[in-house]
Amino acid sequence: MSEKKNEPVIVIKGLKKSFGSLHVLRGVDLEVNKGENVVVLGRSGTGKSVLIKIMVGLLKPDAGKVIILGEDVETLHGKELDAFRQKVGFSFQSSALYDSMSIRENLEFPLVRNVRNLSRAEIDKAVKKALDDVGLSQTIDQMPAELSGGQRKRIGIARTLILKPEIMLYDEPTAGLDPITSVEINNLINDVQERLGATSIIITHDLTCAKTTGDRIAMLLDGKFARVGTFDEVFADKDERIQQFYDYKFVD
Amino acid sequence: MQSDANKSQQATGRPVTTRKLDQLFLNLGDVAAFIGRFFQEVFVPPYEFKEIIRQCYEVGYRSLLLISTTGFITGMVFTNQSRPSLSEFGATSWLPSLIAIAVVRALGPLVTALIAAGKVGSSIGAEIGSMNVTEQIDAMEVSGTNPFKFLVVSRVLATSFTIPLLTMYTVFVALIGAFLNVNVNEQTSFTSYIQEVFGAITYLDIFSSVIKSIVFGFTIGMVGCYKGYHSSKGTEGVGKAANSSVVTAMFLVFIEELLSLQIVSAIRGS
Repeated sequence: MSEKKNEPVIVIKGLKKSFGSLHVLRGVDLEVNKGENVVVLGRSGTGKSVLIKIMVGLLKPDAGKVIILGEDVETLHGKELDAFRQKVGFSFQSSALYDSMSIRENLEFPLVRNVRNLSRAEIDKAVKKALDDVGLSQTIDQMPAELSGGQRKRIGIARTLILKPEIMLYDEPTAGLDPITSVEINNLINDVQERLGATSIIITHDLTCAKTTGDRIAMLLDGKFARVGTFDEVFADKDERIQQFYDYKFVD
Repeated sequence: MQSDANKSQQATGRPVTTRKLDQLFLNLGDVAAFIGRFFQEVFVPPYEFKEIIRQCYEVGYRSLLLISTTGFITGMVFTNQSRPSLSEFGATSWLPSLIAIAVVRALGPLVTALIAAGKVGSSIGAEIGSMNVTEQIDAMEVSGTNPFKFLVVSRVLATSFTIPLLTMYTVFVALIGAFLNVNVNEQTSFTSYIQEVFGAITYLDIFSSVIKSIVFGFTIGMVGCYKGYHSSKGTEGVGKAANSSVVTAMFLVFIEELLSLQIVSAIRGS
């Protein structure tokens, strides 16, 4: 893996979030350096998705701070928040493609609304390039309902990449996909890191995805990061909860 | 044996009626905030003209066939049912003016609004509800686009603009249906029918009818968007959003009809 610059672009301090009596995040701390891929591992319902939704301002934390690219996310509103979100790409677990729009319109949507004064030719070129990058240029005039799960996932990633984000957040990128397609998605995540130099947080419980894409792994247990380190460092830990995760999921 | 209400009261320490009242006021507060946000966003650029036009087309196109049929039948049936009462006084020549007043003042706007509530309101509720469930609204938000402006403002403007146009069309079709009926039964010519119709209605009738239709359109769009935007997660939530969009919009349309009747009667009386 390439050497990462020791310059934290994501800083999370003492982050807490509860839903009623359910305390999901209980003081999360994490620093992610520029150009680094950090995988957040954890069981379902442990607050992994909540964490990245707080990072883009979709949810408000109860306590703690999230500082991304030098900006305190909680204090951003209106145009400032929109400008910040252009620098952060978010790939949803469900892909979240706009069902009523074609693939071309899906990709154009963030572009024409965030980059002013683009000519038709420039828009077409950007859309074509984004589709080429994910290897799906033939789907340009199709509707999302006509695509497979893996294709939808890749188009979802292409739609976020079209704004050339500095940070990428992937929510369960390989969930529900067959092993071959999962490998393609993992390669795509690494490709994004190499080509764009993007810093990524990948939420998953797929250990193959974690091992392939993660420079570091952060293991979320009981609302806190119990272990942070390389894949081998984290799974060298004798903690039963971590070993259970490894033994059950990882196929050598 | 303890009643459910008592159990519930013991569980929370507060009477059920108090909690229901709290919930009602919280919901009303949410609705007020949602409407307030619409007026806040509607005047601020960027404007989603393309989406507004697409929605106008959708609203009009989706309802046109149904409105043509129901409008035509309404005009015909209303004429037929009114004839016996008037013929008792030998006053069937008043049919065109009676129909004109009924259709322009009440039937046209009401029939259009009810059809639109069923056809357009449910569709808006289901579409936005499904977008909410599948994280499409969140996806718009994180891509630096204002989903409220794109989804809500455009749809509410489209219904507020298109439903008055559909109402005018319904009135026209209903009057054609009524004309065919009186032409066959009373041999009334088209010229004298038109003269009778325009002799009976006033500018106040037309003006109040248009204003009322704008309010109906606004209500249908706003209710559909609100229900969709606040749908609970899951496919059941989408169904509920579509269903309650229709029920709530129809209920509110009747309440508004009643209010407008009082207001216009007061203006007419003064």
